[in-house]
Amino acid sequence: MTDTAPAIELKGISKSFGPVQANKDISIRVMPGTIHGIIGENGAGKSTLMSILYGFYSADAGEIWVKGEKTVIPDSQAAIRAGIGMVFQHFKLVQNFTVLENVILGAEDGGLLKPSLSKARGVLKQLAEEYELSVDPDTQVQHLSVGHQQRVEILKALYRQADILILDEPTGVLTPAEADHLFRILDNLRAEGKTIILITHKLREIMEITDTVSVMRRGEMTATVKTAETSPEELAELMVGRKVLLRVDKAPAKPKEALLEIENLRHLDGQGVEKLRNISLEVRAGEIVGLAGVAGNGQSELLNVLGGYADATGTVRVNGREIPLSGRGCDGMARRAAGIGHVPEDRQREGLIMPYSAWENTVFGYHHGPETGSGLLMDNAAIRKEAAAKMERFDVRPPDPSLAAKNFSGGNQQKIVLAREIERNPDVLLIGQPTRGVDIGAIEFIHEQIVRLRDMGKAILLVSVELDEIFALSDRIAVMFDGRIMGVRDAGETDQRELGLLMAGITEDPGGDAYEAVDAAMDQKDHREAARHG
Amino acid sequence: MDRMPAWADAVLVPLISLLLAALLSALVILGIGENPIEALKLMVEGALLRSAGWGYTLYYATNFIFTGLAVSVAFHAKLFNIGGEGQAMIGGLGVALVCLYLPWPHWSLALVAASVAAALFGAVWAFIPAYLQAKRGSHIVITTIMFNFIAAALLNYLLVNVMKPEGQQDPATAIFPAATHLPTFQDMFATEAMPLFRGSPGNVTFFLAIAACLVVWALIWRTRLGYEIRALGHSESAARYAGISPVRTIVIAMLISGALAGLMGVNTAMGEAERLVMNATEGAGFIGIAVALMGRNHPIGVFLAAILFGFLYQGGAELALWTNIPRELIVVIQALVILFTGALDNMVRMPLERVFAARRRAARKTPAE
Amino acid sequence: MDYNTLLQVLDSTVRLATPLLLACLAGLFSERSGVIDIGLEGKMLIAAFFSAAIAAMTGSVWLGLGAGIVSAVLLSLVHGLASITFRGNQLISGVAINFLAAGLTVLIAQDWFGQGGRTPSLIGGGRWGNITLPFADTLSGVPVIGPLYAQLISGHSLLVYVGFLMVPLTWWVLFRTRFGLRLRAVGESPEAVDTAGVSVVGLRYAAVAICGLLCGIAGSYLATGLQAGFVKDMTAGRGYIALAALIFAKWRPWHALGACLLFGLLQAVALRYQNIDLGGITIPVQVMDALPYILTVVILAGFVGKAIPPRAGGEPYVKER
Repeated sequence: MTDTAPAIELKGISKSFGPVQANKDISIRVMPGTIHGIIGENGAGKSTLMSILYGFYSADAGEIWVKGEKTVIPDSQAAIRAGIGMVFQHFKLVQNFTVLENVILGAEDGGLLKPSLSKARGVLKQLAEEYELSVDPDTQVQHLSVGHQQRVEILKALYRQADILILDEPTGVLTPAEADHLFRILDNLRAEGKTIILITHKLREIMEITDTVSVMRRGEMTATVKTAETSPEELAELMVGRKVLLRVDKAPAKPKEALLEIENLRHLDGQGVEKLRNISLEVRAGEIVGLAGVAGNGQSELLNVLGGYADATGTVRVNGREIPLSGRGCDGMARRAAGIGHVPEDRQREGLIMPYSAWENTVFGYHHGPETGSGLLMDNAAIRKEAAAKMERFDVRPPDPSLAAKNFSGGNQQKIVLAREIERNPDVLLIGQPTRGVDIGAIEFIHEQIVRLRDMGKAILLVSVELDEIFALSDRIAVMFDGRIMGVRDAGETDQRELGLLMAGITEDPGGDAYEAVDAAMDQKDHREAARHG
Repeated sequence: MDRMPAWADAVLVPLISLLLAALLSALVILGIGENPIEALKLMVEGALLRSAGWGYTLYYATNFIFTGLAVSVAFHAKLFNIGGEGQAMIGGLGVALVCLYLPWPHWSLALVAASVAAALFGAVWAFIPAYLQAKRGSHIVITTIMFNFIAAALLNYLLVNVMKPEGQQDPATAIFPAATHLPTFQDMFATEAMPLFRGSPGNVTFFLAIAACLVVWALIWRTRLGYEIRALGHSESAARYAGISPVRTIVIAMLISGALAGLMGVNTAMGEAERLVMNATEGAGFIGIAVALMGRNHPIGVFLAAILFGFLYQGGAELALWTNIPRELIVVIQALVILFTGALDNMVRMPLERVFAARRRAARKTPAE
Repeated sequence: MDYNTLLQVLDSTVRLATPLLLACLAGLFSERSGVIDIGLEGKMLIAAFFSAAIAAMTGSVWLGLGAGIVSAVLLSLVHGLASITFRGNQLISGVAINFLAAGLTVLIAQDWFGQGGRTPSLIGGGRWGNITLPFADTLSGVPVIGPLYAQLISGHSLLVYVGFLMVPLTWWVLFRTRFGLRLRAVGESPEAVDTAGVSVVGLRYAAVAICGLLCGIAGSYLATGLQAGFVKDMTAGRGYIALAALIFAKWRPWHALGACLLFGLLQAVALRYQNIDLGGITIPVQVMDALPYILTVVILAGFVGKAIPPRAGGEPYVKER
């Protein structure tokens, strides 16, 4: 093995975006026929590095060697020629094209489509058998499940005869079973001698499938180790630079009366697909209920419905009073008046107006409230003064109310949102993904604030795709799957395995190999999905 | 991160764009065998060095202030209202109805009523595109273009078949009653000793336009409605989250926009022609786009840009009178202004951003070393 | 209405639909690639002027056609520069182009010909002659079909046939060729095209250039086929009607043919009859003028089937970070 040239070798790669250095002097060797993991936190520079390898960006410095030859990759075309294929986190598919059309796009033979299409049909059939990669070639991509869309991306790469495959956070949108299927595919590919680079921030995946793992932190490559010779604890430490204990100091909850009562909640999306199916849930004063689940199983819709910007049927009571779920009186402002605070999942798209200054953002959604003055015109001076005080209390840096929201870091943006929502003293606080894209220091602060609010006797509903965060904060955990709540457990009396099964829609632990049961459940879900699209 | 200081964004970028547009216009003038400097001199003389020139300049500027404000209010909600032309035509119709069919004792009362009617008619004309955009997602640019043509056809029908007095040839209404004639600058400021603004159409509506600037400024930057309009313009998803109804806000923003465009009808029908004629708007609805773009959607900017375009219009008329350069030169300049301040904004902006980034880097380095 | 009148109206429909059709297909190429183009009007106008001007000066309608195409493609490239290279607002760029053409044509016409912004009337080789298809004269005696063939199908200028042949050609290019696949892809999902190793910028410029070419032919036909020379603002909103037809057709070539024929018919009827008397109710000519626009608004409102434009339309492509 020693004299084999690496499939990929990067030497001293550096890349800056303006003042931000995304990659600093990175070197890495990826051996052929292996699965090489690259792990790191959000923003560690993993995706940038891979985009350089795929010709999406050009590096400021450094060399790329492919299969022992120095290679220049100025664009994706060059990467494809070098045998590199990439499966992006956000799929790059043409939604209203068929699978076949997507596969040949950019890799057609000749000016007419017909020969390309029939050739691709044959190749696809062959690939499907070889790697468990079956997808109907004539279905439009928009009608495929996320897992199948990902297969199309892999097929695209294989059709271009890639023997080096990069996957960027491939499991973020997958159910555990779909993820498992993906790993089987990757296994098969490795067996055929393909080289795979797997980018992820999930330790479990690294431990499960990779041969070698490289750790990135703040744009630097901190270590490359054999997976067999490391442990999740060691990797975690390498990732964040110090031991992190995702544990929050909190006293046991002393829940009182129910402040948020949800009964038989149903919600249809724009296409008429039922996204919430008969949800019933209760959040009591003085407790944090965590909502766990794979992204896309209805958590976001539940937050939107409770936050007042999606219609639903059923009953929701806040502090004993029923609130309207559609029509007049069902909007964010009415919800706030009813005592619901809401830290949305996506602060940049929802929680903040990015070009607005911090002070303007501190009244966003509350701008009809008394703090903006009583006259015809808003009392900007008063708002600004109050904003400065809030930013002080929530340790927003820099503490400058005139700075536009877009100029704050992710953590400080989140603090602005939290300050706005918490300081209104709501009875119920909805929090979505409180620490997504937030640096470690701010995470602790944000967690403390959430617990503090709980201890003040508020009811908190927490949505997070990070199971660790759910465990760290929640007093009770509800698991969502396919628009339903599969079960509610006391945080102290459950474990990853039980929650994992619930997240796949399985309520009874079948014992033995959980994955087989999960597989069966997934197949059922896919069938339903297909039936919906008719 | 902001890549440029605010002043550069607000002043430097439009100024450079304007210079580029001016440079190209000069080349166009050279291209048709005329002297751009002579042309500019003529324009300045005709538009700015005589009080009557100012009377014309401000008359045109009044139109452009209204339409410029109309476009910019819609822009704040991220709506491109290209229908100012049609809204102004229909606004003029409102003015004509008020002036012709209601008895007025004094011009001031008539002005109030005509303004209300103009705003109302303009708003109504903007309502259907607004509603379709808000409720059904129909692209407002296309619908407002269509409504311009529909307005023209409607007005054509009304003027030819309904409102034209018998025996009259050209498609226009009868002359408005004398009591509704608005005081011109000449009426207001000229004295025996100082015969100012002689024969020029600038009139009291100009002050209405200034008032509109103030009202729009307060509306956009000081009221809750303005806060919501801007918020929606920046991010619809965030607006939804906050409980700002996109439908309601889109419709209101467009109603205000249409009303402002409609108000232009007061100036053209009541202030100048003293009757409603076909094509009274003369493309002012479209110039509003250039004015709003150049004025960076701020009332002060709109005001200044409107004066500039008023000058160009009057100057252009002078050119057409004394040289072989047709009035369409102004259309070319207007196109270049729209092109550079609107569509080619990044062409000016990107190199400037690089300059400022380099300066910032240099500034950071110096204290460290 | 007798058969002969009907044929005359339809004949004039075909003539009036031709520039609409060419411009509509021009817009189709551009918008299918994700570049919204409300500057069809301007490109037609500038092509109309240069065709007429060059044809007037050289006496060659072919040179005129060439000049028209070149000028329209140049304007297209300005639009491309603004909306593709500098990622500006495509709508604003389109508006600017319309004004640029409206102003420049008159300015140059005045400078060249001094006739108040028009070209001299074209005569002889400066205009497209009508082509008589084989057997048109022989067959004209045959009842019903004869006049139909001789009057309606035969006897148009070359560009009319070009316009109608563009429909199947466009369809074929769009749905049967590699270029068409990529073009449609770049209008739906430029990132898919980019990661597949195909140049988004290149494709969009190609589409915009084709748009210019077709607008050039449209404008040329207007000034040297339909009419005999250029007059100020002679497109008279046809670019916008073409845009309306494009939406009406939901960005599909065969439907574009239908939409343009419909709008052409409306124009033909409006041209022939000032007011139409329908059993006591008189429809004023202005209704005919406004009808294409009203119909488009109705279509846009989604009351008669929703018009879903190409997904990436109007959005400049920026690689995400």
